[in-house]
Amino acid sequence: MHIVVCLKQIIDPEIPPHVFQIDPVEKKQLRGRQVLLISDFDAVALEVALQLKEKVDGKVTAITIGAAEAVEALHTALAMGADEAVLISAPAFEETDSFGKARILAAALHKLGEFDGVLCGRQAGDVELGLVGLFLAEMLGLPCATLVANMEPEQGQMRFRRPIEGGYEILETATPFLATITNDESNVARYASVRGIRKAMRTEIPTWSAADLALDPAAIGPETALIEMEELFVPEGDIRCEFIVGESGSGKARQLALRLRELKLL
Amino acid sequence: MTTRRFWAFIEQEEGHAHPVSWELLGVIRRLASQVREEAEAAGDEVVVEGVLLGHNVGHIAQEALCYGADRVYLLDDPVFTHYRNRPYYKTLEEVAQKHEPEVFLIGATTLGRDLAGAVATALRTGLTADCTQLEMGEVKGSPQKLLLATRPAFGGNIMATILCRQNRPQMSSVRPRVFPMPERNPHPQGEIVREAVSVTEEDALSRILEFVRPEGESVNIEYADVIVAGGRGLGTAEGFGLLQQLADALGGVVGASRPCIDAGWIGNAHQVGQSGQTVRPKLYIVAGVSGALQHKVGMQNSDFIVAINTDPDAPIFDVADVGIVGDLYEVIPAMLEQLAARRKARGSGGGHQEVSA
Repeated sequence: MHIVVCLKQIIDPEIPPHVFQIDPVEKKQLRGRQVLLISDFDAVALEVALQLKEKVDGKVTAITIGAAEAVEALHTALAMGADEAVLISAPAFEETDSFGKARILAAALHKLGEFDGVLCGRQAGDVELGLVGLFLAEMLGLPCATLVANMEPEQGQMRFRRPIEGGYEILETATPFLATITNDESNVARYASVRGIRKAMRTEIPTWSAADLALDPAAIGPETALIEMEELFVPEGDIRCEFIVGESGSGKARQLALRLRELKLL
Repeated sequence: MTTRRFWAFIEQEEGHAHPVSWELLGVIRRLASQVREEAEAAGDEVVVEGVLLGHNVGHIAQEALCYGADRVYLLDDPVFTHYRNRPYYKTLEEVAQKHEPEVFLIGATTLGRDLAGAVATALRTGLTADCTQLEMGEVKGSPQKLLLATRPAFGGNIMATILCRQNRPQMSSVRPRVFPMPERNPHPQGEIVREAVSVTEEDALSRILEFVRPEGESVNIEYADVIVAGGRGLGTAEGFGLLQQLADALGGVVGASRPCIDAGWIGNAHQVGQSGQTVRPKLYIVAGVSGALQHKVGMQNSDFIVAINTDPDAPIFDVADVGIVGDLYEVIPAMLEQLAARRKARGSGGGHQEVSA
C-alpha cells in the first residue's frame, strides 16, 4: 500500500507576537530568525501514514512544495520513517493560492503514478485555510474523507475514524482516496530516531520543477490566484479590564463573586 | 434589472437545524443591506436566500424564513438523509450555477468545512475559511462592492482581509458563535421554492458505516452558557479537576487552550481557539492562559470574561472584563467556597442573604 503525504513547511507559528514581522507591501509574513518546521497537522498526517505502514505492508512518500530549504522538512519526514520524498520547486509555485497548490500537487501525484491514498493535514499552521486537500480531492476525482483521526484497510476499502460532535463516525471509501487529518490521542506525531536521521541523510530527494510536471508556471503563479490578500493587520485590543485588587486569594474571590452577582451572572 | 443573491447554507442533520444556519442568515442579511443603496441606484434587486438539503425537512425551510431568508431553495430527497460530501456538493454546484449567487456563506462546522471546499472547487471560486469579520466594501478597480472576509492567520498573530475579485460566488465559511443569533420573526413573508434533485445514491463515493456517541463522554462547549477554561499555567492535568468543580458549581463546562491539548491533559473537544472551537458564552472564566491570539480569537466574543493570571502583563487581560492577578490555585478554591457558602445559605434560609467568607 502506497500512501502519499503532502507536507507544508511553515514558520513556527508559536512565536510571541512581538517578534512577528510582516512585509506590508508584499502582504506576507517575514521569517526573521524564526525556525521552519512541518506544519503541525501535516506532521500528524505523516504519523497516521506511518502507523498504517506498520500495520500493513506499505510505503510512505512525503511531498512538499517549496524553496530549497523545504528539503529540511522532507529530511524530517524521512527521519520519522517515510520511505521516499519529493521536493517540488519553482519560484512561481511558492506564491500561488490554495487552488494553485492543489493543481501542482495533482500534477505531482500524476507523475508519482500508483498510489492508494493521499493524506493532507486538516489545515496549515500559518494561513489555516484548510483548502488544499479538498481542492486536490476534487481535481483528482478521489473520494474525500475529511477530519480523519485514523484509518485502517478492510477488504480493499479504507475505513476512517472521524471525530464528530459528541463521538465519532466510521466512514468507508474505495481506494485510492484522499483524507485530511486531524489530531487526537491516537496520532501524536513521533520524534525522529537517530537511526532515522542517519537513513534520511543517505536518502536522495529528487526535485521536480514546473517543466518536470508539465506545468506552465504562468498558469499557476500569483496572478491566477482566486483570492487576493487585501490587507494584513494586527488587531487592536479594546482594553477594558477592571482589575480586582485584594490582600488574599479569598478576598479577591469574594469581590469577584459580588461583582458577578451584581451582573446577575451568578 | 439583475438580482443580486446573497446565500446562506442551511445546515441540518437528522431533521435538526444547526443554529449556525440562523447566525449565517443574520450576517448575510447585514451584508445584503450594505449593497442595497448601490443596487437600487443601478436598478438592481437584492435578495437573501437560504439553501437547504435534507429529507423531510420542510419545517426547517419554514424556520429559515423566520430567521430572515426572503426565499429558501429546498432540495428534499432521501439521498440527503445522512450527509455525504459528494451528493451535497454536486447538488449545491447545480443550484448555484442555476441561480448565480453573489455571496455564499457556509457554517464552518464539521459538515460545513467538508462541504465548503468541495463546493468552491466545483464552482472554481475563491473560499475564505473561518472568517471572523465580514463586510461588503468598496475595493479599488471593482465597480461593485466586494466581500471583504477577515480571518486570523499566521498562528493568530495577525488578521488577514481576503477578497475574491473575479469568480462568483464569493464564498466564506464562518464558525458557529462568531456572529450573534438574529431575532426570530414568527410571521415571515418569504417563500419556499422546491428544486428538483438530480443526484442519486450512485453519486456517493463513500458510505457511513456507523455513528458512535459514547454516553457520558460528550462535551459541547460551542453553545455552553458558562465555560471555565484553563491553560499551561495549570501546570498539571489534575488542574482540570479543580476547573471542573468550578464549572459544575456554575452549571458550565470546561475549556482549554491548545498547549493543554498538546500535552494530553484534556481531550481536544475542550479546545477553545483558532484550531479548536469558537465560543460565545454568557460567562467565560479563564485561568492560567497567557492569551496567545490563537486562544483569544476563539473566546473574545464571550459576553463577560474573567481572567485569572499570575502575570499582570499577560495579554489575556486585554480581552477580559474583570481581571485577577493571582494564583489560580488560591483564587478558584476560594471561589468554590463562596459558591458553596451561598448555596448553603440559600438552602437553609433562602432569600438574598449576603454571604461573607
